[in-house]
Amino acid sequence: MGRAVLKTPEELAARARDIRKHVIKMVGAASSGHPGGSLSAADIVTVLYFNEMNIRPEDPGWPRRDRFVLSKGHAAPVLYAALAEAGYFPVDDLLTLRRIDSHLQGHPSMRSTPGVEMSTGSLGQGLSAACGMAIAAKLDGASRRVYVMLGDGELEEGQIWEAVMTAAHRKLDNLTAFVDSNRLQIDGTVAEVKSMGRIGEKFAAFGWHVIEIDGHDIPAIMAALAEARRTQGQPTVVVAHTVKGKGVSFMENRVEWHGTAPKPDQVQAALAELDAPLKGGDA
Amino acid sequence: MAGTSLSMKDIENSSIRDVFGRALVSIGERVPEVVLLGADAIGSTRGALFAKQFPERTFNFGIAEQEMVAAAAGFATCGKIPIATAYAFLLSMRACEQVRTDICYPNLNVKLMATHAGISMATGGTTHHATEDIAIMRSFANLTIIVPADALETVKAVEVAVEHSGPVYLRMGRGEIPNVHSRDYEFVIGRSTCMRAGGDVSVIACGTMVAEAIAAADSLEKEGIDARVVNMHTIKPLDQEAVIAAALETGAIVTAEEHNIVGGLGEAVAGVVSEHAPAPVIRVGVRDCYCGIGPEDGLRRKLGLTSESIVSAAKRAMSLKSSRNR
Repeated sequence: MGRAVLKTPEELAARARDIRKHVIKMVGAASSGHPGGSLSAADIVTVLYFNEMNIRPEDPGWPRRDRFVLSKGHAAPVLYAALAEAGYFPVDDLLTLRRIDSHLQGHPSMRSTPGVEMSTGSLGQGLSAACGMAIAAKLDGASRRVYVMLGDGELEEGQIWEAVMTAAHRKLDNLTAFVDSNRLQIDGTVAEVKSMGRIGEKFAAFGWHVIEIDGHDIPAIMAALAEARRTQGQPTVVVAHTVKGKGVSFMENRVEWHGTAPKPDQVQAALAELDAPLKGGDA
Repeated sequence: MAGTSLSMKDIENSSIRDVFGRALVSIGERVPEVVLLGADAIGSTRGALFAKQFPERTFNFGIAEQEMVAAAAGFATCGKIPIATAYAFLLSMRACEQVRTDICYPNLNVKLMATHAGISMATGGTTHHATEDIAIMRSFANLTIIVPADALETVKAVEVAVEHSGPVYLRMGRGEIPNVHSRDYEFVIGRSTCMRAGGDVSVIACGTMVAEAIAAADSLEKEGIDARVVNMHTIKPLDQEAVIAAALETGAIVTAEEHNIVGGLGEAVAGVVSEHAPAPVIRVGVRDCYCGIGPEDGLRRKLGLTSESIVSAAKRAMSLKSSRNR
């Protein structure tokens, strides 16, 4: 049961490209939304939904499913694109993003959208909720796993570190957090606003197992997830170095694309670029 | 008292928080999905009894109320019934946005059980008082707010809150307060309890002020004034029928709460009265100030959280009624 699992990096890369195209189209259609941080997280979200997680899109409430919490909830477009491609709801729904009666709100709402596990968007809280889910799984003796996507700017929220302590204290080895480290936040670079220093070392100091990868290298994402599954007695953080706006050259590394929608001509240019033949080993 | 192993003697001879501690154990025995979450106050919130009985179902998050509340949301999505305990000022204010965004917005089945509410941490001072929590919590859609008036009602409220599907904020003081309910008392969310019939004026009270309201009605009776006393234990959803009946049948209302008069029970009652059956409403409570420090009794007198204040408010409400009727 469950959605078709994509096994090879090539298949996953193709799916990630489709998801990026959905992001551009839906944010363009809505004339509002967050393309930059959706594109930076697209490869990780793709590997989670089409390779890693044990899910049943036809039965979103299946108790044994793995959980994904998009703590950086403003990247809702990439989550919605993955959920639609996985079969939780029709792909056509994506173009209703942010419309008044759409189930696809600007930030994920678990009561609106099938497959959304936690209502997020207020930064800093998703990791705490994920800890609750991971502890509950342990309490049930269940093998289900919990995945969280954090932003690097989001780490400025103090509640993140409350949860970081709990996850280590309770040895939540069923919990894997990604930090989508695209180095940009609304007011500028993370280094300018509130420099994080070495993120991995901070998590390590709190007792987490730390893996650092290129967050657009699909085999590296797959290997990190396999390593997280093998890691016992401590939670794993994958510090993923990413490019905000990845895949659309005029958006890459530009903070103005954090929360700005592309105009129709920019949508066409972005789709044309994403449709260009995939380069081998592109990372 | 179906389903509770607490004896009446236990209940009648205990402070609210001691009874609360034993009620948690009782509900834990009956409902296996219940887990207890605390933030380094499991002892003083009397969760320690539960922790001893069910160590594997007790989770101390340390001094981190925001995380505890958000984690409770995660537990609830996995079929658990988390009871998140903390002092009222922390649960309602430190973790305020987590309560709204993570619990109330997705309408999750989390029970927020706040102890040491109002001015019950009297000598601890304003940092540890909570005279704003009802106002804050009232503005969150989906949330049920319960303020029990005595030990028996606390036990029943804990049980009913856990049986209720959806988020609940249960607000308790910490001390010993007189029992105002009889043993066969039936507690229903959203249905107030008429403690005393009366036709001249209505006193609608919650929590510790219910006992003061009954004492006030005794005093008023000696002066020939027939006061109705309503225990409005559920602030939300408010028992509108009882409020409208009080307005129509007595024409004068006093509210009494251990809380700021801004945003609390009084304003909830006044809102219903003004929309459905306009009548004078005089609010007894903390008069929009910080309460300072002192022993609880002295502080209550200083702030006017007394039966005497209710008596004079009742007379004022009645005179407003009669001047209006002239």
